Amino acid sequence: MDYYLGILQTIGVHTLLGLSAYILLLTGQVSMAQIGFFAIGAYSSGVLTVIFSWHIYPALAFGAFLASFFAFLVGFPALRVKGLMLVIATIAFSEIVRLITFNFVWMVEKDGIMVGADGAQGFREIRYFTTNGWESSQVVLLIWIFVVIVMAMLWWLDRVKAGAVLRAVGNDELAAQSSGIDLTTVKVAAMTAGGFIAGLGGGLYAHAVSYVDHITFTILMATFAISYPILGGTKNVFGTLLAVIFIQGILIEAFRFLEDWRLIIFGLIIILVMNFMPNGLVSLFNSRKSKKGT
Amino acid sequence: MSILKVDNLCKNFGGVRAVDGLNFEINQGEIFGLIGPNGSGKSTTINVICGLYQPSEGSIFLEGKKINGLKPNQCVDVGISRTFQNIRLFGDLTVWQNLWVAWRDDKNNQSSWFSNWFGRSETQEKLISELLNFSGLESRANDLASNLSFGEQRRLELARAVASKPKLIFLDEPAAGMNKEEVKELRERIFRLRDLGITIFLVEHVMDLVMNVSNRITVLNFGKAIAEGDPESVQKDKSVQEAYFGQ
Repeated sequence: MDYYLGILQTIGVHTLLGLSAYILLLTGQVSMAQIGFFAIGAYSSGVLTVIFSWHIYPALAFGAFLASFFAFLVGFPALRVKGLMLVIATIAFSEIVRLITFNFVWMVEKDGIMVGADGAQGFREIRYFTTNGWESSQVVLLIWIFVVIVMAMLWWLDRVKAGAVLRAVGNDELAAQSSGIDLTTVKVAAMTAGGFIAGLGGGLYAHAVSYVDHITFTILMATFAISYPILGGTKNVFGTLLAVIFIQGILIEAFRFLEDWRLIIFGLIIILVMNFMPNGLVSLFNSRKSKKGT
Repeated sequence: MSILKVDNLCKNFGGVRAVDGLNFEINQGEIFGLIGPNGSGKSTTINVICGLYQPSEGSIFLEGKKINGLKPNQCVDVGISRTFQNIRLFGDLTVWQNLWVAWRDDKNNQSSWFSNWFGRSETQEKLISELLNFSGLESRANDLASNLSFGEQRRLELARAVASKPKLIFLDEPAAGMNKEEVKELRERIFRLRDLGITIFLVEHVMDLVMNVSNRITVLNFGKAIAEGDPESVQKDKSVQEAYFGQ
């Protein structure tokens, strides 16, 4: 049972991470900074509950807002670069954040033991849930409530003008600008929203697993974050969820016996999907629907 | 009354002078044609006025106010919109959404910031469907723009340029690739826009269209204006005939 709860928890957190990259991908920005925002959310909310004994919800909110603040700041220089240059610039940001967590020491004594972040040793004892008597099923439920809220909001966004504007910028920046859209506003807003979602995911993750360190925030995770919406497609929010279930649930878990070969298969799947399903995994469902219709 | 005044406009690309000391003035409510052989600097002129490029020299005035150096979206704010020579639509959006994205409320009847971005008003829906009727696209409102035929795409792009409520529209070769019937429809649309009080700046290769609709025409060759005047006098001009057909 715990094993399946663990998978559900991973899928939930990764979906948040993927959705944070999804909203940026709508505007045509391929960002590797999402894991950096995730790390900011994880560490800041961890510091608040562990060292300052905050309640979980304000701590999560603070982590998300702090991450979105940094995303807002990253958004401006990111405007000036596109495509590969943006990928490199955002990798640099994520690495800076990772190296800060690697060197970040802030420990205090509580009930006779030292708690807090201890540099390369990582941030242990983020035990808000266990000390407050949460069952692991309740933690997973909390994560999924947030996943559903974020997905519902992004779904709604696609039905209002703001969402259409995001896609317009992703389709053709020049045409969007010539139709009166301010690229700065749109791209920075998307970056800020993406940072918020990633920061929320980071805070939930840190508290759910009770231990994070710099290895959690490597480039591999940034690659996962952006590959979910690419693999799932940007037609709607379910593509990202589908891709996370596919990668984390099926590829990583069901094919455990393949060990490191899974990463090679992961790369292969991305290439195949891009070639044969340019609209992503969601098109699996859409094509079936349209066949029924005709 | 002049709506747009261009004074000694120049644009250099490296050593190439694509637009070289251009002067013209467009009156409120007229249809102004700009023609010239390939590579004579017509599209560059539009791109400089609409904010895609900075002018190397010279000034641009809209209703007496200098608008040099505005970004393309700021040009839309002051009342200029445009279409592109190679159609640029938002292919992942529906026809309706393409117009919605560019839509602006009337200056004296603006909805709040929130309802503009996150709402949808009934007047907005009504006016956008009127615009769809104007372009003959009402039956395709919910189709993706990328699924439209070439002629429909051209119509949608024109409608999108109108959606931002401009005073002045730049049309960059709107009749390129159209058949005779479509050109005729386009001419009707251009006249209807003029009747609504929108000033039109037309860059066009299809002489049949530009000679029939324009009040005045300027002819460009190698970035310089070589002739200007009403369609008839321009057609008879010797230097124009030389530029098009050689000596």
